[in-house]
Amino acid sequence: MGRYVARRLLQMIPVFIGTTLLIFLMVHWLPGDPIKALWGDKVPDPAQVEALRHKYGFDLPLWHQYWNYMTDLFQGNFGETFGGRQVSDVMGEAFPVTIRLAVVAFVIEVVLGITLGVFAGLKAGKALDTAVLVFTLLVISVPVFVLGYIFQTVFGVQLGWVTPNVRNSEDITELILPGAVLGSLSLAYVARLTRTTISENLRSDYMRTALAKGLPRRRIVGVHLLRNSLIPVVTFLGTDIGALMGGAIVTEGIFNVQGVGQQLYRAVNQGEGTTTVGIVTVLVLVFLFTSLIVDLLYAVLDPRIRYA
Amino acid sequence: MRGARSAKWVTCAIVVALAATACGGDKSDSGGGLTDGKVDPNGTITVQTNEPQNPLQPANAKESQGHRVLNTLFSTLVTYESGTAKIVNVNAESVTSTDAQHWTVKLKPGWKFHNGETVTAQSYVDSWNWSANTKNNQINSNWFSDIEGFDDVHPAEKGAEPKSDTMSGLKVVNDNEFTISLKTKVPYFNYKLGYIVWAPLPKAFFKDPKGFGEKPVGNGPYQFDSWAHNDKIVVKKWDGYTGPNKAKNGGITFKNYTTADAAYNDLRSDNLDWVEQIPDTSLTSYKQDLGDRAATVEYSAIQDVAVAYYSDQWKSIDNKVVQGLSMAVDRETITKNTLHGTRIPANSFVAKGVLGYQANSCGEACTFNPEKAKQLIKEGGGVPGNKIFIQYNADLNHKPWVDAVCNSIRTNTGVDCVGDSKPNFKADLDTREKKQVKSLYRSGWNLDYPVNANFLRDLYGSKADGNQGGYENKEFDELAAKADNVNSLDESVKLYQEAEKALTKKLPVIPLWYYAVNSGQSTKVYDKIKYGQDGEPLFWAIQVKQK
Repeated sequence: MGRYVARRLLQMIPVFIGTTLLIFLMVHWLPGDPIKALWGDKVPDPAQVEALRHKYGFDLPLWHQYWNYMTDLFQGNFGETFGGRQVSDVMGEAFPVTIRLAVVAFVIEVVLGITLGVFAGLKAGKALDTAVLVFTLLVISVPVFVLGYIFQTVFGVQLGWVTPNVRNSEDITELILPGAVLGSLSLAYVARLTRTTISENLRSDYMRTALAKGLPRRRIVGVHLLRNSLIPVVTFLGTDIGALMGGAIVTEGIFNVQGVGQQLYRAVNQGEGTTTVGIVTVLVLVFLFTSLIVDLLYAVLDPRIRYA
Repeated sequence: MRGARSAKWVTCAIVVALAATACGGDKSDSGGGLTDGKVDPNGTITVQTNEPQNPLQPANAKESQGHRVLNTLFSTLVTYESGTAKIVNVNAESVTSTDAQHWTVKLKPGWKFHNGETVTAQSYVDSWNWSANTKNNQINSNWFSDIEGFDDVHPAEKGAEPKSDTMSGLKVVNDNEFTISLKTKVPYFNYKLGYIVWAPLPKAFFKDPKGFGEKPVGNGPYQFDSWAHNDKIVVKKWDGYTGPNKAKNGGITFKNYTTADAAYNDLRSDNLDWVEQIPDTSLTSYKQDLGDRAATVEYSAIQDVAVAYYSDQWKSIDNKVVQGLSMAVDRETITKNTLHGTRIPANSFVAKGVLGYQANSCGEACTFNPEKAKQLIKEGGGVPGNKIFIQYNADLNHKPWVDAVCNSIRTNTGVDCVGDSKPNFKADLDTREKKQVKSLYRSGWNLDYPVNANFLRDLYGSKADGNQGGYENKEFDELAAKADNVNSLDESVKLYQEAEKALTKKLPVIPLWYYAVNSGQSTKVYDKIKYGQDGEPLFWAIQVKQK
């Protein structure tokens, strides 16, 4: 177990360097000059452009820029934005917001998704199963932004139950609406996934044994069935944490949540390499760690799986 | 069955949601009369903005978001009256010159910064010297380029260090008076002084410019309160202000919105008092949604399609062809249908409300006339290849009107026309700078100062920085040079009007339309919000209804 974890952690180093390099290069290859674009429709002043270029190190060869970036990074310095702020400060403001939103979405998707899936799976083929099928298909087929705008217009503007936008991201109740929108797609997947494995495992031998032993139904479903059926769901949920955080751009835009997605969008648009690479790097780390945790969870759910 | 109930509930909610939006929009929110009730002089407002790109230093904001905040915190020497473009003194007692090259500024005595420091001539001179210096990386540093000694603090050569920390053209006479010597005559120099880059700075600034930019101390009608990055900036009324634009409300919260839709939804639910721009999706309905709280206000900015005269296709083009293409564009219909009345057809190179604006200076060339258009293009020998491209940036909503213009040209002249989209503004700019534009490109100009020179000299002079299309017109250059070399503003404006007429002989651009702000206000605001020449509201003049 310990050796397995250590090996996985070591594997992260090349992945980490590879992704930072790739993102760094991609930002560099974006068309246009980010410094000149700071002047907008007005004409850039060559002397000042030169001075700013020098300030951000854009006058150095690319490998040198990357070297500088990486050496700074290993000293815990993520660099500066064009506005002169520390990227670490920007991320420090944005990540908590997105994490809160992702957690709300995650809770909604886990609780609702698994519940719907379990009941649909137990009643496979019945009316309830069909209802869940229709609902999940509907959610999967409606694009997130359509759902977002509908929810915002109906619950925010027309009914006035909530403020249309998130005004204070520390107030969890304000995050429920965007969280539901953000988690809706995964919710449907979780429900479908749970439903399939549950209805499959219902027919398995150990279920019959448990039933024959005369165990109470609650225990059969809650322990024997659920535990065995959750392995694929957990895999999905694990990778979904990263997706929820990185993929919140659309939802964040609709509900004016000032999280990671918005910062990333702005940074990519402006060609601000430091912020882009910084945020993506952290997101990559989130993906790597959640997949590690998921792999370790397998062992907990299924004792037959062992890591050496 | 908990599951069944929740499934039904969610399904129902979605059905309700779909139904409600399908038949939605019938609820018109009338907030009572605009001038009902009393005014609360201490009421605060929340307005839309974006996170400023740079620290809040006067010469470091190129985007309107930064300006919006800076303009409430700082007052400049002068400003100009919206509509008439007349100079109004703010912090200045007078700004005078007899030869348009040597200017004397007298300050109104007794002005203070928010920290209690007196505003003196030195506060201005120090501020300008610092902002102009290349080392200090201020994005607007070349606004000071008219001043003598500018090249010492802002050398043009690559990699050169500034030779001095001060510009020799600025001299302090006493606490309330200083003089400015310019490199050459600039008859409209006092108009430039209304821009926020010319604001004074207190001594505390120079100790820690960066820290100051996070917590600015100005001399304007509002003082800085707090800045929660990416969320909001709060300013509150400063009671010690003695200028003419004293705040009529208690304070302003500048709230960061990433999309126009989000802001508009907050406006409709009264969580926001002013939006920058109605989202494109609501342009057809906002007047019904908001009633008399909707606003359409023209301001001094123009959009046109510029000709890349360096390109192979246009190098030796006959002016008649450009004229013909311009006459083939049905400006009236496009502004009405495609742009939903958010723009006003242009008939001149200078925007309305600018000193020296002359209606119809573009004349026949900007009038829709398909027959004449076809004939002119034929007489001029046609467009080489019979196909033109209009380059634009796809990250803003330019595609609809570019397509409409192209459509107009195609159907009316038979010249094939397609939009040439670049992924974003940076890429668009890059192509223009490298002189790789194929034939035509989208171009626009928002006023820096309300004098016609700004719309002419800075864009169409053959050596002007703003001239990216390689346009050359000898007659215009001569007249512009003459207009710059006179002692009085009136003379200069008149000569520039003549220069403008010379543009029709060789069109630098196809003028399309003038801009208008399409905005709205919440039910909390008393009376209509007034706007300045640049399309920004006069925030200090906004009044709030008593609750």
